[in-house]
Formats: sequence, structure tokens, C-alpha cells
Amino acid sequence: MKFGVVIFPGSNCDQDMIYVLKDLMELDVVELWHKDHDLQNCDMIILPGGFSFGDYLRSGAIARFSPIMENVIEFANKGGLVFGVCNGFQVLCEAGLLPGALLHNTNHKFICKNVHIKAQTYDALVTSMIEHNQVIKVPIAHGEGSYYADEATLKKLNENKQVLFRYCDADGNITPESNPNGAIENIAGVCNEGRNVFGMMPHPERASDAELGNTSAKVILDSMLNAVLKFI
Amino acid sequence: MKYTAEINVMPLKAILDPQGKAVSGSMKNLHLPEIHDVRIGKHISLEVEAATKEIATQKVDEACRKLLANPIMESYEFEILENAAV
Repeated sequence: MKFGVVIFPGSNCDQDMIYVLKDLMELDVVELWHKDHDLQNCDMIILPGGFSFGDYLRSGAIARFSPIMENVIEFANKGGLVFGVCNGFQVLCEAGLLPGALLHNTNHKFICKNVHIKAQTYDALVTSMIEHNQVIKVPIAHGEGSYYADEATLKKLNENKQVLFRYCDADGNITPESNPNGAIENIAGVCNEGRNVFGMMPHPERASDAELGNTSAKVILDSMLNAVLKFI
Repeated sequence: MKYTAEINVMPLKAILDPQGKAVSGSMKNLHLPEIHDVRIGKHISLEVEAATKEIATQKVDEACRKLLANPIMESYEFEILENAAV
């Protein structure tokens, strides 16, 4: 079982993700350079956080056309597992692998702080080990993280249980006040219809190491690992 | 032939434009309360080589559709101008 973390120019959470997967979870992880065309037989591809291509034009818009994305799109379209965090989520939306788009935060500020999220479906691969109503404390760090989808897409997302996480308060109440960036319906993460491509704005890899004082989001990476084990 | 494309990319009407909203709000500080509904987009200018204006239009439209604008959140329009012969 092998995980591949794609590195774009401007990715800056790639090493955090690799550290958690490789050092803490003792998994086989390879770095995949954006100019390559070889996914090295990985079982799951992870697009990390950061500011690929300086977030020029729109976050993720230029990275979406990096050479390796051709292979990632092909892999995903064949049912391969792909997970995008923060900028990775933006890249997946730009690539059309996930529905919707990430807009500027409504306060037009870069927001870097801990927030709370709650899983909205427990049968997605990245949420399978999360307990019902469990509140996860996890950091966000983005300027363009306000999830948006038009009404028809939103309806479909809700009907198909494609909403993975919503922002909530510490007690798990999904309220306008607990929405940090103006995301539509407090959406923090979604999956595709085929349930093999996942994206979320919060950073689970930053809330998985006891040394950092918060392991609340490790359950997301544990779920992911569990899923890959079942999948292959 | 060389053409220049002048492209305007605007946030869709349905989408909140926080930048435009903030600028709208500041208009009263300028004592210009009659100005409102500011919306802020991007202007992109590029050059394209093509045999005809029609082909240049097609190429620019493709660039807009695929990269320069995201149809989920933005609309675009452009004008193609023939570069003056040097």
C-alpha cells in the first residue's frame, strides 16, 4: 500500500502530510513532482495544502494544468482514491473532480485558526471511523476557502450525502457564527458522486500529532488508511 | 496576424463579492453615497497569433473557458483587436 503526495511549486503542507503518514502512521509514502507523469503505482494520491503557483489567477487554477494532473484525473476517473486538503481541495474543484468552487472568504481576510467540524456522512472513506456527532477541532489556514456551489449542485450534494464536513461550534451546533469563511451551508468538505475523490479546507495533518497538542483530526487520516486497506 | 484580446472576468451576480461590497461601503466616506453596487473583477490582456480574427476569437474563448475564468463563479467577455502592422 502506497501513498503519493503531489508537490506543486508553492505547496507548503506537503512535508506535514508526509510526516504524519510516514513517521507517525508508518506508511509507505512517495513524493510526486508536479511535472512528472508517473503516479508510481500509488493506491491513494494526496494533494496537499499550500499556495501552488502563488495562488495566481484563482487558487488551484494553474496547478490544475500541471502535467501530473492529467494522470491524477485519469486515475480518479477510473475510481482511484484522491484526497485534497486546502489548496489540494481547490485544485480538485478547479479540475472538475469535485463539484463547486472555493471563493474568497467573505471577510476578505486570510484566516488561520482552529475551527470545529462535524462529519455529515459516516459512510465516506475519510469519515468511516468518526463517531456520530463527534466534534473535531482542526485548523484552517486559507484566504479562498468559502465553499460555493449553485442551488442545483447543492441539492444533489445533500441528496447524495456528498457533504463530508460542516463547520460547527465546540458543542457541534452548525450555526452561522461557527462558519469561519462564509461557506455555503457551512460546508467544509465534499466528495464526488463516485465517492472516491475527497476534499476539505481544514488541515487534518496539523491536528494529528500529540506533540502539537491536538490529535482531534487523526481520525480522518485513520479512516482514510482503513479505507485504503479495504479498497486494495 | 497578431491580435490583442482585452478580457473582462467578473464574479457572477449570484455570488457575494466581498471586495466590491467593502468598496461600496467606503463610498459614503468619500461623500459619494450615490455610488453603490460596486463589483470587482479582473482585466486580462493578451496577444494571440492567428490566421483570422475568427480563429483568434476561438482560441481566446477556449483560454477563458478552461483557465482564465471559472464558470462556476465567474463570467467573462472579451474584445479582439487587430494589432497595427509594424
